[in-house]
Amino acid sequence: MSDMHGTLVIVERAAEGVSRHSLEVVAFAQALGDPVRVLFPGIPDQSTADLLQAMHVEALLTCPELEPCDVYDDDAYVEAIVRCIASLNPLHVLLPHSYTARDHAPRLAARLKVTLVSDCIAIEHDEKGFFYTRQLFQGRTHARVRVAGEGPVLVTLQAGIGRAESVARGAVAAPLTPCAIELVARAARVSAEAPFRESARNVDLTRARILVAVGRGIKSAENIALAQRLADLLGAELAASRAVCDEGWLPIERQVGSSGQTVAPALYIALGISGAVQHLVGMKGADTIVAINKDASAPIFDVADYAIVGDLFEVVPALIQALENT
Amino acid sequence: MKIAVCIKQVASTNGPLQLDVGAGWLREADTAFETNAADSHALEAGLAIRDRLGGEVLVVSLGPDRVTAVLRDALAKGAERAIHVVREDAHKLDPAQVAEALAAVLREEGCELILCGLQSDDVGHGQTGALLAECLGWPLVGIVAALEVETPHKVRARRELEAGWSQWVELPPPCVLTIQSGINKPRYAGMKGMLAAKKKPITRVEPQFAGGMRNQQVIEQIYFPHRAKQTRLLEGAPADAAAQLVALLNLRGVQ
Repeated sequence: MSDMHGTLVIVERAAEGVSRHSLEVVAFAQALGDPVRVLFPGIPDQSTADLLQAMHVEALLTCPELEPCDVYDDDAYVEAIVRCIASLNPLHVLLPHSYTARDHAPRLAARLKVTLVSDCIAIEHDEKGFFYTRQLFQGRTHARVRVAGEGPVLVTLQAGIGRAESVARGAVAAPLTPCAIELVARAARVSAEAPFRESARNVDLTRARILVAVGRGIKSAENIALAQRLADLLGAELAASRAVCDEGWLPIERQVGSSGQTVAPALYIALGISGAVQHLVGMKGADTIVAINKDASAPIFDVADYAIVGDLFEVVPALIQALENT
Repeated sequence: MKIAVCIKQVASTNGPLQLDVGAGWLREADTAFETNAADSHALEAGLAIRDRLGGEVLVVSLGPDRVTAVLRDALAKGAERAIHVVREDAHKLDPAQVAEALAAVLREEGCELILCGLQSDDVGHGQTGALLAECLGWPLVGIVAALEVETPHKVRARRELEAGWSQWVELPPPCVLTIQSGINKPRYAGMKGMLAAKKKPITRVEPQFAGGMRNQQVIEQIYFPHRAKQTRLLEGAPADAAAQLVALLNLRGVQ
């Protein structure tokens, strides 16, 4: 086993080779300053290998035991990655706080007998050592977290933690090194069917220049018409928070947030959206954000450029009237 | 079918938050509490399976004395019994310790299915269900958005994946599922249920930790974040605020 050092990033596979969120984590890890090693859970194809090998990293590792990967077996994944981490002995293990990482990152931590700092938004260092920033109470407060004890610290990082485009490139291509582990073959405990998409996605919110988004504050399906009128006047698409889609007031394909679409329009108008973390990660990249909400302490105001604290059922009709009286 | 549901009492997501900066936590005396939203959906999922297949629903919660309120509410909705793992400073525990303490209780119970909410609306680690599965050595299905349990021998669940993708999985019990909010409409406790709940048992136990963790995390400080953006507040009557917005963003004729 090597000396405990550096940062290990475990990237996630995606249709495009490596998920964008994983690349953000690599960029973040590079900025952290410690030597970065990247582990790909399998054997990359040629284009993915090219992408990985262009990165400025200390080492690029693969995990051939996880091939073929046509059906994702999270038991095998957890078992293999635990062995890789143990043999690489890093100070930090960084993963994207993705849907799959929510399943397997705690299990990695449990088997390594270490803590997992999940959905982290910053890692910093002072005279007392590293500290980690997390959002509590759905983003209404932040917390500074310290880790006491030995062993690596596992951290999952929130989407938007770094810029995928700013991954530093290396002067020479790093060689791909297979991580030498032995995996005991075991029958899968869970049988999985092929992934599918619920909706046909005939609404592509990512292409809209203006989005009018509604949250639970809209109160009922009938009131959606009010938001629709504003959207029509602005040439905007309607979007929604998860709560609105769960209630069935708008279809799931209009959902913005960690379980829906990630958007970055020129203008995002949030009506009656409180701004839970899961929603903010999907829209905080908008150029201009307008928030209209009754509750002055709603976290949506933290990311807003323009804030109107008031009842949307008074403000939106006034807005519609102002637009019609031109 | 014997089903356990883990529920957490969290600060009300609508109420004001008063911080005790030195203690790294809330001023609890000034805080309203409620059942964590995702856990209400987990409870409803458990009650619905019990209604269909028979058996019992056991609710378990870790926390200080105030936690009895959410356990009593779960009993009023129809859970058969409750276990309260009593811990005054539960917010100081590492996620692994929380799971260990719940596992110590559930290991003795011989449950076939354990349901947890996906994540809590207070600290939001989103780890309890997955860690519990590891503690018990059971398989996990995470982020369940639809659930079909037609017989006690097979669980069929739809996992939510990234960006609108889903996947159906099947497995035999025992297993742990983490439940996504919106999977069902939680029932209300009726007057009859509330009266019945008074006679149902809440067993109080001390937490037991397996130990052996190499490191653990603790909150050093809690604070309101600085606003990253300069937010301009548009004041006045709705018509005034609306007019300012239209002028500032040059909204006329944007389409």
